[in-house]
Amino acid sequence: MDAWSRFLDTFFKPDLIRHYLPSIAIGTLTTIEIGMAIVVTGIALGLVLAVVRTFRILPINVILVACVDIMRALPPIVLVLLVYFGLPNIGVNVPSFAVLWIVLSLVLAAFAEEILWAGILSIPKGQWETARSTGFGFFSTLIYIVLPQAMRLTVPPLTNRTLAITKNTALGTAIGVPEILNQATTGQSFSGNATPLMMGAIAYVILFIPVVGLGRFLETRFRWSRA
Amino acid sequence: MTAPILEIRGLRKSFGHVEVLRGIDLAVSPQELVFIIGPSGSGKSTLLRCCNRLEEPSAGTIFIDGVNLLDRRTDINAMRRQIGMVFQSFNLYPHLTALSNVSLALRKVVRKSRAEAETLALAALARVGLREKAKSYPSELSGGQQQRVAIARALALEPTIMLFDEPTSALDPELVGSVLGVMRELKQDGMTMLVVSHEMRFARDAADRVIFMDHGAVVEEAPPAEIFASPREARTRAFIAELTR
Ligand SMILES: Nc1ncnc2c1ncn2[C@@H]1O[C@H](COP(=O)(O)OP(=O)(O)OP(=O)(O)O)[C@@H](O)[C@H]1O
Ligand SMILES: [Mg+2]
Repeated sequence: MDAWSRFLDTFFKPDLIRHYLPSIAIGTLTTIEIGMAIVVTGIALGLVLAVVRTFRILPINVILVACVDIMRALPPIVLVLLVYFGLPNIGVNVPSFAVLWIVLSLVLAAFAEEILWAGILSIPKGQWETARSTGFGFFSTLIYIVLPQAMRLTVPPLTNRTLAITKNTALGTAIGVPEILNQATTGQSFSGNATPLMMGAIAYVILFIPVVGLGRFLETRFRWSRA
Repeated sequence: MTAPILEIRGLRKSFGHVEVLRGIDLAVSPQELVFIIGPSGSGKSTLLRCCNRLEEPSAGTIFIDGVNLLDRRTDINAMRRQIGMVFQSFNLYPHLTALSNVSLALRKVVRKSRAEAETLALAALARVGLREKAKSYPSELSGGQQQRVAIARALALEPTIMLFDEPTSALDPELVGSVLGVMRELKQDGMTMLVVSHEMRFARDAADRVIFMDHGAVVEEAPPAEIFASPREARTRAFIAELTR
C-alpha cells in the first residue's frame, strides 16, 4: 500500500464516512443548537451587564467587575467540570447540555461586557452632551446614541470572542454532550480510525467559516468613517 | 421693556476649590443677540453650559422664559429642548444621516411620528441650506456643513434661545462664512442668541451687545461699535487690541 492510499485509509475511509455521517450530522446539529443558544444569551447578558455598569453604582460595579474578571480568568473547561461534577453533590442535577450552555454563556457574557464597556467609554463626551442638550435623558442617550455607536465599533472584537467561545462547545465531550467532537471521538474509538475525527474537523470548518464571513460582512456594513 | 428670555443672577460655579464663575448677572431680551468675548479660561464655555445645566451651577439663579432652571421641580429634559446648543466640535452623530441627526430628538424625545419628524427635519435642514444633503452621513460633509446640520438639529426643536460656543473655531477659514451666514439669518428671523466667539466682524454687524468676561466675571458690556472703538476698561482694551492685531 503506497503512502497516498494509507493516508486516504486513515483519514477518509469511504465506508466509515458512510457509517458515521448520521452521527456527525447529529453532532453538528447539537453544536449549532448549543452554539446559537450561547451566542444569544451570552451577548444579551453581556449587553445588560455593560448597561448596568454605566449607571456607576459602586457596590454593584465592584461585584460585577469581580465576577467578570473571574469568568475571564478561569479556563472554561475548569468551570464546565466544576459545575457538572460539583452541583450534583449539593443535590442539583443539571443536564450536561445545560451546563455547557450556561457556563459558556456566562464566559461570553463576561467578555462581551468588557468589550461593550470599552466601546461605550470610547464614545466622546460630546455625543452624550449633545444628546442631553436636545432633551434626551441618560438612558435614552445610551440607547439611541451611545450604544448604537459602541456596538458598531465592537463588532470585530465581539465576533472574534464569540467565535472563540462557541468553539468551546467541543468541551461538551468531557461531560457527554453529543456534539461534534463527542460524536467524532466516539466514532474514532469504535473504529480505531481517524476518519470520524477528520469528518468532525470538516464539520467545524463548514460550520464556522460562514460565521467568520458574517463577522467580516457586519464589520464593513456598519463601518463609518469618523469626521 | 419686555421680560428677558434668559435671566442670570449671581451665577457662581466652582470646580473643586477653583471658582470659575464669580457672580455673573446677565439678561438676554427676546430677539437679542448677545456676544461674549474673553480670554481663554475666563469661563465663557462654563457660563453657556450652566445655561442648560450641562454644568450644575454652585450658586445663583437662571430663568429661561420665566422658568426657574435650577428648581428641582423643573423638568430639565423638557427645558433643554427649548435651549438650542451648538458646540465648537459639531458633535454630529456619526452613525446617522444628516436627516436622522436632525429628526432623532423629534422622534424619540418629542415623540412625533417618523413622517412628521422628517418633514420638520427637512424644513430645518432647508433653513441652513442643506436640504439636499439630508441623506449624507457626517463623514461625507465638510466642517461647515456639519456645523450647519448641528444648528438645524437644535433649530428643529423650536428653541426659545440658542447658545453658540465658538461655533466657527474648528473650521477652516473658508468655511466660516457659511456658518456665520446661517447665524445672521437666524438673527434676522428673530432668534434670541447668546454667542461665544472670536469673530469680531460678525459681532460688529450682528450683535446687539458685547460682553467682555475675564476671570469668571463680566468686566464690561456695551454695543459692539462702542466696545470695539472705545473700551472703558484697560483689560478690555488689551484683549481687543490683541484680537484685532
Ligand atoms: N470640568 C472641569 N473641571 C475642572 N475645571 C474645569 C472644568 N471645565 C472647565 N474648567 C476650568 O474652568 C475655567 C474656565 O473654563 P472655560 O472652558 O469655561 O473657559 P473658556 O472661557 O470657555 O475658555 P476657552 O476660550 O479656552 O474656551 C478654566 O480654568 C478651566 O480649566
Ligand atoms: Mg470655551
